[in-house]
Amino acid sequence: MSSITIGSQAPAHGHEHGHDQAHAHTASFLSTYVFSKDHKVIGIQFLFSTLLWFLVGGLLALAVRWQLAWPWSDVPLFGRLYAAEGGQMAPEAYTMLVTMHASVMIFLVIIPILAGAFGNFLIPLMIGADDMAFPTLNMLSYWFMWPAFFFFGASFFVEGGGAAAGWTSYPTLSSNPPAAPGSMSGQTLWLLGLTFVGISSMMGSVNYMTTIIQMRAPGMSMFRLPLTIWAMFITAVLQAFALPVLTAAGFMQLMDRELGTGFFTPEGSIINNTISTAGGGSPLLWQHLFWFYSHPAVYIMILPAMGMVSDIIACFARKPIFGYKPMVYSIAGIAGLGFIVWGHHMFVSGMNPILGATFMVATMMIALPSAIKTFNWLGTIWGGKVQFTTPMLFALAFVSMFIIGGLSGIFMAATPVDIFIHDTYFIVAHFHYVLFAGTAMGVWGAIYFWYPKMFGRMMNEFWGKVHFFLTFVFLNGTFFPMHVLGAVGFPRRLADPYHYETFRHLQPMNQFMTLCAIGMVASQIIFVVNFFYSMFFGPIAGRNPWRANGLEWTAPSPPGHGNFDFQPIVYRGPYEYGSPETTEDFYPQTQPPPDNAPPAPPGGHH
Amino acid sequence: MGRFWSILFLMVLVGGLGTFAVAPVINHWLPKDVSEHGRAIDGLFYFILGLTGVVFIATEGVMFWFLWKYNSDSHSEPVKFTHGSHSLEIVWTIIPAATLLFIAIYQMNAWAAAKMRKPEIPPTLEVTAHQFGWSIRYPGTDGELGTKDDIYLENELHVPVDEEVLLELKSADVLHSFFLPNFRVKQDAVPGMKIPVWFRPKAEGKYDIVCAELCGWGHYKMKGQILVQSRRDFDLWLSQKFAEQSAVKGPAAAGASEE
Ligand SMILES: [Cu+2]
Ligand SMILES: [Cu+2]
Repeated sequence: MSSITIGSQAPAHGHEHGHDQAHAHTASFLSTYVFSKDHKVIGIQFLFSTLLWFLVGGLLALAVRWQLAWPWSDVPLFGRLYAAEGGQMAPEAYTMLVTMHASVMIFLVIIPILAGAFGNFLIPLMIGADDMAFPTLNMLSYWFMWPAFFFFGASFFVEGGGAAAGWTSYPTLSSNPPAAPGSMSGQTLWLLGLTFVGISSMMGSVNYMTTIIQMRAPGMSMFRLPLTIWAMFITAVLQAFALPVLTAAGFMQLMDRELGTGFFTPEGSIINNTISTAGGGSPLLWQHLFWFYSHPAVYIMILPAMGMVSDIIACFARKPIFGYKPMVYSIAGIAGLGFIVWGHHMFVSGMNPILGATFMVATMMIALPSAIKTFNWLGTIWGGKVQFTTPMLFALAFVSMFIIGGLSGIFMAATPVDIFIHDTYFIVAHFHYVLFAGTAMGVWGAIYFWYPKMFGRMMNEFWGKVHFFLTFVFLNGTFFPMHVLGAVGFPRRLADPYHYETFRHLQPMNQFMTLCAIGMVASQIIFVVNFFYSMFFGPIAGRNPWRANGLEWTAPSPPGHGNFDFQPIVYRGPYEYGSPETTEDFYPQTQPPPDNAPPAPPGGHH
Repeated sequence: MGRFWSILFLMVLVGGLGTFAVAPVINHWLPKDVSEHGRAIDGLFYFILGLTGVVFIATEGVMFWFLWKYNSDSHSEPVKFTHGSHSLEIVWTIIPAATLLFIAIYQMNAWAAAKMRKPEIPPTLEVTAHQFGWSIRYPGTDGELGTKDDIYLENELHVPVDEEVLLELKSADVLHSFFLPNFRVKQDAVPGMKIPVWFRPKAEGKYDIVCAELCGWGHYKMKGQILVQSRRDFDLWLSQKFAEQSAVKGPAAAGASEE
């Protein structure tokens, strides 16, 4: 605390009074909305930035889909970028598109929208704190995303184009500039961008862990935390332990590229007629380091959504979450096992097959906590009174789709089956069911659910449901057939798969999928209009429009600086819907029990 | 509206099963298997498909039923105020755990056959992946790889039917993956490593060799062909190639050996 006081006094010494008003206004505008240290503003900044990149990532995906449906035909909109080829997509542009679609979606959308946007906005509100433990660090975690935005964005315009070695950036394709056009400056910018995403995530996760441990309101024991907070907490732990490995690996690849260190390059490679001078390294080393982070990252990309979905389902089933503690232990179990399964990405990589077998067993077992969570969600709906609001529909879709994504994972965990389906569309189907049909559905549910808290107004329910219906139908039309393509062995990342005899007959199915993908992206216009229209013209929400239990619903909508206009004291967990102790069908965490002595005056707040 | 949404979620079940029922009929399914160990892999695929299919039907079905039954439009009873069930948690922990463990152990044999039990035979040929093609090398008359009489080919691989094939997989530049969809074979080619790959073809014919690991702009066109022939045709072809090759480079090779 003392350091902050000194810091804020410092400028006062050097400042003359009597500056004009305009300057003061600009300064206050900047400090309120731009360089704000308020967790809510930072959360919303993350939300807007990531939604914008979501649009970019979606358009990149459409360009990929276009090529798969009608290879080498003129690409609408994107065509102008390929004027040199007469509007056709060049094959190197295709590999760049698949790489950048995945990189943008993972590093600039999913990870920051979950932890950055919702973690920031929800953690202090849901635990009853006035802000994060380290507000300045929090602000920096947002602003350190901007170099990443810049590097990723700029990489499209440098010579050779953006990175094109896949989002996994496997050496030696990625680490040797002659190997591919995208491995020139594009790959360097990609690595720099990745580093800044890492710095931002690390600052965020340190802050979240400290805040959740230190700043809970009186009465908010760990086992009274909403599952959203549990998920955010464990995600932060995962980030903190896994990220350093990725950052180190990224630097090693940078050094391979810039200084010729050769961590990942073996002796005697001749790449594109260039003899690589370095040697003594191994391409498999990168794969181990990369997946040591990126497998846990899969959970970083879904656990927070699982937490938020749990809160939404309990609220709209009007019933306590089924098996709260098993839910918490499952999250912890996923995180723990998540560190010893990375090798399942490497079953056919040339890694020792005995090692593969042990990774297989661990991978099989990690399906277990996910199964337990699914059963508990179903248990929560059982015997409830389900209200089909827009957030609930998205949350239910999460569960329904996660079942598919979870079950398809068992195929690839089985090593012999993985020999056949590895790097085919079966994998693409699997992770899109987990990350798009899962996490993105959860995120939409969360946006519709907490929007009234963020902006003080409700989003339109009717258009919300139209948005849900179209997205849900089109997403299944886009992604479900991928399972079947995978069963044929249809490989990923091929600019033109149809010159193979084996895959020629799959083109009509791909055209159908592309049409669904276009429909899916177009449906988002409804969401965008609803989002902005409601911000100004939506009905005023009030503090607790969903009649929910969490602490955030006792604060004003939107909450002012410092969040609560009273000192919240917590008497119970967040899921006491339909409790016989009260006549209402919900029971806020702050409502004193009926025959309780008046609570002690709030003096002991940290 | 509750009914409408419940049925939408039922459609996940109907559509999912429907897709998997129709796919084999329209030939969007596992390509014809022409290798011995492919049977084990396909068997395991079908086993997991059946098992996950049952779980899929059960969970999506239960979800539909709960949504249909407990929707607030029609369901007027008070909610069941429960925080869970200890015995249920134990049941649905132990049953999936046992099932998963069973799959894990059950598949070990197929995995070992495909990647661990390397046959004790000299390598039939060597495949070196490079941007963007497959360089293939057969031992010449001396039956040994790496000698002067080796036979070189590009993107064209011949193997005898009903005999174990052992090939050595290398890469000259970046990662590639040697994928034979019809043989259920896939192995990454890694610069700096020599990785053995084996299989036993059981039907003559011409099949695709696919590169399954992103290897640069030309990744999509890194296509090869594998021909499974009778032993007689294979020998004939190999000796033809040998003759062709020594006719072309014979003097050069002889010259080189004199140096
Ligand atoms: Cu993984
Ligand atoms: Cu290749």
